Amino acid sequence: MQSIIRQNGHRPALPDFRNLGTILRILVAVNAGALLYALARESRPGGFFGELSTAVAVVEPYLFLVLAILWLASPRLLRLPYMTGIALVLLTTVLAGVILFEAQRRVLPAPSSASLLLWIVWALVAACVLLFYFQLRARALSPAIVEARLQALQARIRPHFLFNSINAVLSLVRKEPKRAEIALQDMADLFRVLMRDNRDLAPLKDELELCRQYLELEQLRLGERLKIDWNLKSMPGDALVPPLVLQPLLENAVYHGIEPSSEPGVVSVNVFLTRGEVHAILKNPYRKMGGRHHAGNKMALANVKERLALHFDAEASLDSRVTKDGYEVHIRLPYRTADPDAVDATQKAAAQTPVRSRRSGSETSRRASGVFAVQVGHG
Amino acid sequence: MADTILRVLLVDDEAPARRRLRDLLDDCGAAFPITVVGEAQHGREALDLLQSAPADLVLTDIHMPDMDGIELARHLLKLAHPPVVIFTTAFHEHAVAAFEVNAIDYLMKPVRVQRLLGALQKVPRLKPVSSERLLQLPASARRYLSVTERSRVVLVPLEDIVYLKAELKYITIRTSQREYLLEESLTKLESEFGSRFVRVHRNCLVARDFIRGFERRVNDDGDSHWEVLLNGVAETLPVSRRQQFVVRDVGRETAA
Repeated sequence: MQSIIRQNGHRPALPDFRNLGTILRILVAVNAGALLYALARESRPGGFFGELSTAVAVVEPYLFLVLAILWLASPRLLRLPYMTGIALVLLTTVLAGVILFEAQRRVLPAPSSASLLLWIVWALVAACVLLFYFQLRARALSPAIVEARLQALQARIRPHFLFNSINAVLSLVRKEPKRAEIALQDMADLFRVLMRDNRDLAPLKDELELCRQYLELEQLRLGERLKIDWNLKSMPGDALVPPLVLQPLLENAVYHGIEPSSEPGVVSVNVFLTRGEVHAILKNPYRKMGGRHHAGNKMALANVKERLALHFDAEASLDSRVTKDGYEVHIRLPYRTADPDAVDATQKAAAQTPVRSRRSGSETSRRASGVFAVQVGHG
Repeated sequence: MADTILRVLLVDDEAPARRRLRDLLDDCGAAFPITVVGEAQHGREALDLLQSAPADLVLTDIHMPDMDGIELARHLLKLAHPPVVIFTTAFHEHAVAAFEVNAIDYLMKPVRVQRLLGALQKVPRLKPVSSERLLQLPASARRYLSVTERSRVVLVPLEDIVYLKAELKYITIRTSQREYLLEESLTKLESEFGSRFVRVHRNCLVARDFIRGFERRVNDDGDSHWEVLLNGVAETLPVSRRQQFVVRDVGRETAA
């Protein structure tokens, strides 16, 4: 029920003014605007730089003041109805203009009052254009979340894995019924997660438990060929991450790094927190092989990357590279934790727009970051 | 119906999968006389085993390290008495369609005992699948070429091959150690292993990895041509006039 309402319930919403991506977009757009404005006024190099520096001297303090106010007010703004929010943003823009203009007039010898009007008109134009842009962007991204979820559902587990695992469990039933029971329970847990709605962030420790269950199943099949090196001592278990952010990468690690060889190989998982960011580094042996193996890999990587972008925008990243001793995937994402009191607000915000919901989640969460890295390599 | 015991070889890289098939074959034992002659983890091991312990039926997985099931089936055809091959696969959408089209026998994992029994009962009437039909399967390129020497199948790893040269009826495979004679078509080899070899002459494919360089030679009649210099073997090979462009192309790659 909940998911149906969410899929259809796209309502306009303000962007989260605490999101690095939002801030960057505003900075770039406004400065580009100032540049164009200066160019339009004066295209000769000498005069142009004069115009630009005059414009910048006004635009930058103005812009930073508005952004600072919006940053402070963002959590509250996001809870208001959209139109009220818009009105407040525009009001902020006007008031900030007046305050700055007054401040500057006291310091500098009197500029004409016509320029106050000019400041505010340009600022309002910029604010309207940007609000419209963020509105369009939220609309464009909202179906993408649904799409990403579907994609995730389909691309996540290879049917190959499902049937081979069932086969492995069947081989245990007669002689080792206890192990068969455990394996079936692991499979049930794994598929429960795979089949549920995975759009909300979940604790990192749950994701790692899932990874453990998944790898136990793989070990059942592959035996000695699969060795796992866990390094989770400084893992922040409470960090919120997109569900299934690591498991598909481990699946890749096994499929591309372990299965193609009859020699044993090591998959290493290293998750740690540093300078407010969660990092995960996954390594596996790299097997140079014919083409058929590699198409699937790109798909899983693209899938995880896209989900990270939808949740964290510019604050998360996924990089993969071939190193001397294997293949390595490095995930970095901001360290957010759920504040129990804030869960309600987070969920409400989540019902509006995906991008914003992640943001307003951050308002109520401790901000810090951790990094994930997943490595798969030859042993 | 066979009144002798059916000899079966199991090939799968996953131990539980082999164990499962063994259990199922035991179950079939009452209805059908069977003996399992061995288990192999991949195609190459299976070929080794078969040289000393012949089998009537090979039950093989498709997706395996080192040598997959389809390549195994192709090499098995070189044996004096090739066994019947039945593939087992967990999931292989495309392959399964190709198996159907080419009427090649396969079993889906997890295998049901009734299906297995049905397949076993057909074996005495089955002929080994022809190499043409195997070629229809969406397989990746072979990792070995196989030649028959004194009724044994010898595998030549692809990465050891310096060049392939067509001569009258046969193709000579040259490795840095020795030569082998192969009965296949150079054109088909070229299309199967395209990127690995480069054609320097109408009758000759050279492995890119073994090209050390090119050298200009002046012929007796005053004309000149290029010769390929090779790593691992002392002899050189002429580049034909039509293929002269490879000197530039390969030279550029080597320089890069």
